[in-house]
Amino acid sequence: MSDADTRLSAVLGSIPYARFIGMRAELAGDEMTAILPFSDRIIGNPMLPAIHGGVLGAFMEMTALAQLSVAEPLKRQPRTIDISIEYLRSGRPLTTFARARINKVGRRIANVHVEAWQEQRAAPIAALRGHFLLTAAED
Amino acid sequence: MNTDLSAGEQHRLIANTMNEGSPQARALGFQTLEIGDAVAILKVPYRPEIVGDPETGVIAGGVVTTLLDHASGQAVHAAMTEWTSIATLDLRIDYMRPAQPGRDVLARAHCYKLTRSVAFVRAVAYEDDPDDPVAAAQAVFMLDSSAGKKPGANLKPPRSKTEGAA
Repeated sequence: MSDADTRLSAVLGSIPYARFIGMRAELAGDEMTAILPFSDRIIGNPMLPAIHGGVLGAFMEMTALAQLSVAEPLKRQPRTIDISIEYLRSGRPLTTFARARINKVGRRIANVHVEAWQEQRAAPIAALRGHFLLTAAED
Repeated sequence: MNTDLSAGEQHRLIANTMNEGSPQARALGFQTLEIGDAVAILKVPYRPEIVGDPETGVIAGGVVTTLLDHASGQAVHAAMTEWTSIATLDLRIDYMRPAQPGRDVLARAHCYKLTRSVAFVRAVAYEDDPDDPVAAAQAVFMLDSSAGKKPGANLKPPRSKTEGAA
């Protein structure tokens, strides 16, 4: 396993909520794909049925956190400062994938964009952009 | 929805349906403490499975995201006199500080503007005092989002590749 692989499994394995929703991730070189298999417990709207919007938001946020840990060794998990989520299509009862793009990593702050899709990469179901604090805050 | 119900009874029924009928809300143990007059207050009970950082024992940001989304949706229903389907269009969250380890987190959401097509909501997550929030959210919901869709609509494949289904 590469260092990045080790860091990736360490970060996802260390987040109990990632296990709670059943999230995992795979690395191809430095490109990471996060995977959220469908399960009944992630449903928000049982009528359609549709995946809970909050779960999709959480999945994309943890994708961003995992991508940051893959990109470089960090002393501790980054902290989320803010996120903005756009919902484009309802999450159908299928496997959902996500990839994150780190737009900028400064000394303390990272800007990350994430897109989530199901059957077609070109038809994303949701997108997230967020800022993350990379060093321990003094609070 | 049954028109014999009072607004209060109807809002309580919607809250119970959203908490019990949504498997993710039920898995997280969401409870509605108050609902009415365009406001909803929800609680997620603390448990180790929903922690984000085991070093600190703090609840995952994603759980707070789900709670704020769910509370915001109930605030939209609490602003309406008749039930209609809704869907989150946009959710923006600022995380001001980590939640206190071992504590339940509450969310108070207020639907401050309702138009024919969309609803605007502000919400905060906190342990004791809404003026000392863990996180603050701003959300926009589309109304009548399931118009023309039958139950089970998402079980069928989309009609075309570019269709914005939903």
